[in-house]
Amino acid sequence: MRKPEFVYVTYIETTPEKLWHALTDGDFTERYWFGVRLKSDWKVGSRFSMMRDGAENDAGEVIEVDPPRRLSYTFVNLSEKYRGERPARATFVLEPYGEVVKLTLTHEGFDEGSKMLPAISRGWPAILSNLKSMLETGRLLEVPFAALKMEEAG
Amino acid sequence: MIDIGSFKPDTVYTIYIAATPEKVWQALTAAEFSRQYFFGFAVELETRVGGSFIVRAPDGSLHIDGEVLACDPPWRLSVTWNVNWPGLVEKLGQTTVTYEIAQTGDAVRLTMTESHERELSEDILSGGRMGWPAILSSLKSVLETGKPLAIKMEPPLKMLAALKEMGIGVP
Repeated sequence: MRKPEFVYVTYIETTPEKLWHALTDGDFTERYWFGVRLKSDWKVGSRFSMMRDGAENDAGEVIEVDPPRRLSYTFVNLSEKYRGERPARATFVLEPYGEVVKLTLTHEGFDEGSKMLPAISRGWPAILSNLKSMLETGRLLEVPFAALKMEEAG
Repeated sequence: MIDIGSFKPDTVYTIYIAATPEKVWQALTAAEFSRQYFFGFAVELETRVGGSFIVRAPDGSLHIDGEVLACDPPWRLSVTWNVNWPGLVEKLGQTTVTYEIAQTGDAVRLTMTESHERELSEDILSGGRMGWPAILSSLKSVLETGKPLAIKMEPPLKMLAALKEMGIGVP
């Protein structure tokens, strides 16, 4: 049986430094991450939070920070639906690939039967597609958050 | 026509694109587009079930000689995707690729599913797992910026080795 994990690769015409900034700056993430502001001091062991409309929706811990190459943190949604689930670990690897940057996201360490896994599997392709558009064109995709149907997954 | 009901979806890739469903369909099925984002490969499609689906390598040689299994422009296309290497279908069974296009807000969600008739090793699946993100990332860039990504890529060595070991004639 395959491990309960989600892997996504995309290639973006940008620099590793700009991509790192886009992945860690709350003002920037709020624009392409469907209103989610990442909040952390990005020190290993520090708290990692996803803020939406001023409320902490998801929380976890910073695991690895090696700019502009590797970023890793854990998180789990704090709502009732996901209560008791172990925070799974999302790792971003940024690699120069010719004139573009290869971004690999591996999200792993989910409990068997995790409800987070199907939700994030819906969310990441939209978030990272939007990030790519933002960096390449300066414009966002006009995709309403509700269209992702993340809550219906799982 | 083959029965694809029992095929296992092994690789799924979803990407959102600022374009219309018609534009995404055209990018997936027209040679002048595919050459830009698909490493120079040219797609030729007969837009009907039972029609031919062909992919030519940059030198004009036949890379994939497939059949259209489902065709509902601009929403859904399913084709057989058997690379034209000697012994490949006999040893691996059939491969299919399905594109599903959906309107989400003012953008399009494109989902590619690569399915296989038989259980295949991770080494053999590594070709698609490596190729699709590059191909579809570049397709998105073509539609949104007018130019493809400069990505050079060769088939993974572990895939070529695994195919060779099975007696398949790899280039």
